[in-house]
Amino acid sequence: MTLPKMLLKKEEEVIFRLRALFEQFGYKKFKMSKFEEYDFYAENRSFLSSENILTFSGLDGKLLALKPDVTLSIVKNTKGNYENPERVYYNENVYRVRKGAGEFKEIMQVGLEYIGEVDRYATLEVIRLAQKSLEIVSDDYIMDISHMGFVMGLIEELGLSNSQNEALLKGISEKNTHSIQTLCKQYDVKKEMIGALVSMASLYGSMEESLQKAKLLCLNEKMEQALEELEVVFSVLKANGGSEKLKLDFSVVNGMDYYTGIIFQGFINGVPSSILSGGRYDNLVRKLGKNSDAIGFAVYLDLLERYESQQKEYDTDILLLYEENTDTAALLKAVEMLTDNGQSVMVQRQNNQTVKYRQLWSMKERGLEIIAEND
Amino acid sequence: MKSLRKMINIALPKGRLGEKAYGVFEEIGYGCPSIRETNRKLIFENEENGVRYFWVKPSDVAVYVERGVADVGVVGKDILLEQASDVYELLDLGMGKCRMAVAGKKGGRIDTDCTLRVATKFPNIAREYYRKQSLEIEIIELHGSIEIAPILGMSDVIVDIVETGTTLLENDLEPWEDIVSISARLIANKASYKFLNAPIRQMCEKMNEVITKKS
Repeated sequence: MTLPKMLLKKEEEVIFRLRALFEQFGYKKFKMSKFEEYDFYAENRSFLSSENILTFSGLDGKLLALKPDVTLSIVKNTKGNYENPERVYYNENVYRVRKGAGEFKEIMQVGLEYIGEVDRYATLEVIRLAQKSLEIVSDDYIMDISHMGFVMGLIEELGLSNSQNEALLKGISEKNTHSIQTLCKQYDVKKEMIGALVSMASLYGSMEESLQKAKLLCLNEKMEQALEELEVVFSVLKANGGSEKLKLDFSVVNGMDYYTGIIFQGFINGVPSSILSGGRYDNLVRKLGKNSDAIGFAVYLDLLERYESQQKEYDTDILLLYEENTDTAALLKAVEMLTDNGQSVMVQRQNNQTVKYRQLWSMKERGLEIIAEND
Repeated sequence: MKSLRKMINIALPKGRLGEKAYGVFEEIGYGCPSIRETNRKLIFENEENGVRYFWVKPSDVAVYVERGVADVGVVGKDILLEQASDVYELLDLGMGKCRMAVAGKKGGRIDTDCTLRVATKFPNIAREYYRKQSLEIEIIELHGSIEIAPILGMSDVIVDIVETGTTLLENDLEPWEDIVSISARLIANKASYKFLNAPIRQMCEKMNEVITKKS
């Protein structure tokens, strides 16, 4: 039996296609248990995007947590290292509090991780897979790319405290140029450095143009290295036809702890927030005692629930009414004939007016009969 | 034929600030004459200029923008701080200027001996402010007439917006400490900023010119 395509919701269709894509590139599925020990998340809190963790006690009294994140568990269990990279993908529910919702929500996440030596090829493979993932959702997408080395390279040049750095980073993430200026005045930052921070935060546009502008902001080796990495990504993607939807945007920052190198975010026209995010996260891998680099991304499928969704016009194609003395065998046969024909059928004794049907049929002694039609 | 260009949706706060902000939009070429008519409509559009305006409750502007039904909006910094909205903050419009302050009874002072009771419409801002000072506080969330809380002895201080200070004075209160200065900001939805990048940036630049000229 073939399933009618309309039966699949957008997010279900996307899941299937993403899994096929990841498998094609040699990624193995990682199935994790629903929960982990709470301590594990408590120790690595700075890597979690939200403070809230749903906990309960296990049979032996240990405090357990419903997983708020998959990457942490994958990295904890990985055997990937510099010699033998590991490629995994997952399709899991995580439990988080979405802003404003005020309660935990089950969020379907699909993502992949590459753990091993992240060389140029590995970086490009993951970025290209992120682009292909966005293409699966819609052709009308934009992917923003940034580099923590570039952003931190400029901020560290100012020689400020950790909390001051955090405040500036927040301003950059909001493209909030007036807040950056006010903060810098408070911190006694030199005028030309303020200018550099402001132009970094407000930079946005095609890779070609923006990379040129970013070059003028380079102050140290860390920034130059970061920019070179971005240039390589751009030139390789350009040769492979995936560069015009790529934009340079240094406001894509995600806290100082998690990401270390290239980071990226994907947007779909019509979805109000980023639907894909990922990047290089060597810090996390090292913190969990593994000797390796890592890069990966996640797609937030819950955001697709309302995307392109149309309310179904009818509950059923056919509402079929029968009578007390209708022959059951003939009735069942008629139903199967109609369903084999690809139509949906609901069988009832009476039309109680609650079902919205395309056609109303009845089964009498002389056979099937159309009584009414709605379209 | 309908214009293919996508409209920019703008959320404006109902009231004086919103009307003033609309004035700037009009000045830079995003006018929508029907908005000046007196009626109870909440949505106005001008296809020619490619804009659609919504009048919404001031404290809701950031919600409309964050959820993407409005591409840009005008909102007070107080509300942005309180709601910690995930949006781009593109411009300080320099209007609706005031400050967030701690106020208490005239001639009084903070008694550090017991839990400080703080009455406010802005619980997150108040909590954050006192957390930095490691002071134990109890938040009393109110929705208006905050000034009477200390007079009636329900709270020790209030955290609220102070414009001229007249309301405080008339109620025998005075500002004790400033927390942060407030003004109206132009914000944008993060996805809209990508997909409507050129028109939003153009709007922003023109607005910036008008504002700098005025200040």
